[in-house]
Amino acid sequence: MLNDYMGVIYVETSFDNIRALTKIRPLASVPVGGSYRVIDFALSNLVNAGIRNVGIFGGMEDLTSLMDHLGKGAEWDLNRKKDGIFIFEGMLDTSFSGNVKRIKKNMEYFVRSKQKNVIMMSSHMVCNIDIKDVIKKHEESKKEVTAVYKKVENANEKFDNCDCIRIDKKGEVNNIGKNLFFRKEENISMEIFVLSKELLLKFIFEGIQDGSYYTGRDLISRNINKISINPYEFKGYLSCINSTKEYFDFNMDLLNKKTRDDLFNKDGRLIYTKVKDTPPTLYKEGADVRNTLVSNGCILAGKVRNSILARGTVVEKGATVEDCIILQASVIQSGAVLRNIIVDKNNIIKSNERLSASKNYPLVIEKDIKWDKDNYFSFVDELGKYDDD
Amino acid sequence: MRKKEMIAMILAGGQGSRLKELTENVAKPAVSFGGKYKIIDFTLSNCSNSGIDTVGILTQYEPHILNNHIGNGSPWDLDRIDGGVTLLQPHTKKNDEGGWYKGTANAIYQNMRFIEQYDPVNVLILSGDHIYKMDYGKMLRYHVTKGADATIGVFEVPLKEAPSFGIMNVNEDMSIYEFEEKPKNPKSTLASMGIYIFNWQVLKEYLCKDELDKKSENDFGKNIIPDMLADGKKLFAYPFEGYWKDVGTIESFWDAHMDLLKEDNGLNLFEKNWKINTRQYTYPPLYVGENSVIERSLVDKGCEIEGEIKNSVIFPGVKLAAGSKIYDSVVMANTVIDEGVTVERAIVAERVHIKKNAVVGTTGEITVIGEDRTIESPAGKGGDKHVK
Repeated sequence: MLNDYMGVIYVETSFDNIRALTKIRPLASVPVGGSYRVIDFALSNLVNAGIRNVGIFGGMEDLTSLMDHLGKGAEWDLNRKKDGIFIFEGMLDTSFSGNVKRIKKNMEYFVRSKQKNVIMMSSHMVCNIDIKDVIKKHEESKKEVTAVYKKVENANEKFDNCDCIRIDKKGEVNNIGKNLFFRKEENISMEIFVLSKELLLKFIFEGIQDGSYYTGRDLISRNINKISINPYEFKGYLSCINSTKEYFDFNMDLLNKKTRDDLFNKDGRLIYTKVKDTPPTLYKEGADVRNTLVSNGCILAGKVRNSILARGTVVEKGATVEDCIILQASVIQSGAVLRNIIVDKNNIIKSNERLSASKNYPLVIEKDIKWDKDNYFSFVDELGKYDDD
Repeated sequence: MRKKEMIAMILAGGQGSRLKELTENVAKPAVSFGGKYKIIDFTLSNCSNSGIDTVGILTQYEPHILNNHIGNGSPWDLDRIDGGVTLLQPHTKKNDEGGWYKGTANAIYQNMRFIEQYDPVNVLILSGDHIYKMDYGKMLRYHVTKGADATIGVFEVPLKEAPSFGIMNVNEDMSIYEFEEKPKNPKSTLASMGIYIFNWQVLKEYLCKDELDKKSENDFGKNIIPDMLADGKKLFAYPFEGYWKDVGTIESFWDAHMDLLKEDNGLNLFEKNWKINTRQYTYPPLYVGENSVIERSLVDKGCEIEGEIKNSVIFPGVKLAAGSKIYDSVVMANTVIDEGVTVERAIVAERVHIKKNAVVGTTGEITVIGEDRTIESPAGKGGDKHVK
């Protein structure tokens, strides 16, 4: 069944507080939960609502990792002849607002698409939301825009720097502000908006003409007094991944069954991702794994507690991994001890390492590509061993 | 179509009745294996990894699950413009010819038009129900180097097992001078693996002659090979050294899973240069609970494990409650095991529900639970079990 909506996902430029993980990839393709990337949630939310035309708009960072992850969109059923998945770079940057040719080229995507309405989302607001219901409520409201929010009671601890929604007595959104950790209770904007394509294009072109074109959410807040906005309350799990700590906390939240159920298979809505041909995980003699999320293709023989292990992790006998996030194809050698560490892809943690950090300040061991200065060709051999970027 | 050097034909129509409940609703090549695969995935992945881009799959018994699994062949890079995978069902032709396959050779005979459209130099005949990794490209180079009319994959089996196999008796240069089906007193331990490379022009001739022979069983091993030998054709044995298992019985099926758990096992699912591809399904990661114990086991994604697992292979989406144990077993996808259960030396098929305090196995023999069963305490009530 077709609907008259297209999806737009904004891939935010990197936040300052998560640079260790986003030096080599956009935030949208940072691995989470052992088996996923950040963007998988936004993309799955859209396709679960029957949306078959998705545009992904990035900033100036290198989107190679993201494009590799998405491919043609087959895993989300977006490898289509009609519509499908489209990626645009350099769209969200003030320095390009004057580049009319580039903007015009990207705007062709909107003009060529047949759908009349748009759902805009950010990739870093991670949730499993029923977009069909949002559309239904949007159409019932007869308002020009619907803004999705979540009422939270820990805005003094989480959702730093997120937008907040103010709702007036008539039940409309009358302002969008910033969360600065002052109040416990806030209506956190999930940066999900529903509006007509015509209105969106109007906002974009006006923004360009005024020389103040910014991110997608800014389009709404800059025009807040000119339009009527319907608020939609979301009640499920939400995480805003905009810092290393939030990244760490989100992964650890997944060890909670209620969170996993809310996120991975809410009312039959699955989260799709690119899947590799890796075997089941092997637990060897002496493996001691508890309270841990494990992806495929791992080989586990050591002690693991309260951790997230991505595809192809090796934890050798005699190693200890506690409260950690280990990303793809890393090896924790026998004798190593890790606590509150995020190990990025393709690292080897040697047997004599003792790495410890705190939950509030987790340490990131950055992605490693072995580079032998005496033999450049070993680089080529090393590359062949990696699954992907 | 462009001329092909070699195309593969996979015989995947067998029921596999010796797998009992595992094949009551599904063809043997589509039985689940190895924690996330189907049996046919190993043969298909061998084709893909060997660079074979054209594969015909001959289905017959209960083909629906197998057909859905294969789809357009994209998991094995067989969704091609020229070639790719084709599912070949038995069908009638003019003059009421065709119909159900009468034997392995008849199955190929009935699909000669499929083969002819590719005008292949050679045809590779494969079984869809063995577990192994083989580079068919090496076998083809061997076939060409020997100038063979046919080359047969052989595997050295223990002498005491030789009477169970078709045995190839060979000369020093590996040319075959005799084929014995299940010999009482074997002269050799080279067992046929049921893997053949035939020169297509030669094979075509023999298939047509065989079809006219009313007394023939239309079988490669019993008819085509002996006929070619009798006519003095050049047949060679290609020795295969590696892990190979015909998982045709409950015991061999279970053994093959236990093999996967051995240190340095010959199959090595983790080998990066020879991946086993399969159709993927969407599951979240595996969760290992606060009080879990998992040792010497393979466990796939989507599982939620709160109990104890040892020496077992666990497929996606299995739920194991606290206080329950799985030992020496194979537990297939989406099975739910409630509190206080013991599963021992068992093969449990898909979507079984084993209720609180039930006991499965512990008889010393291998217990089989068919798919979609519910098992109450004590074992056997409300469902069934097969105890050899």
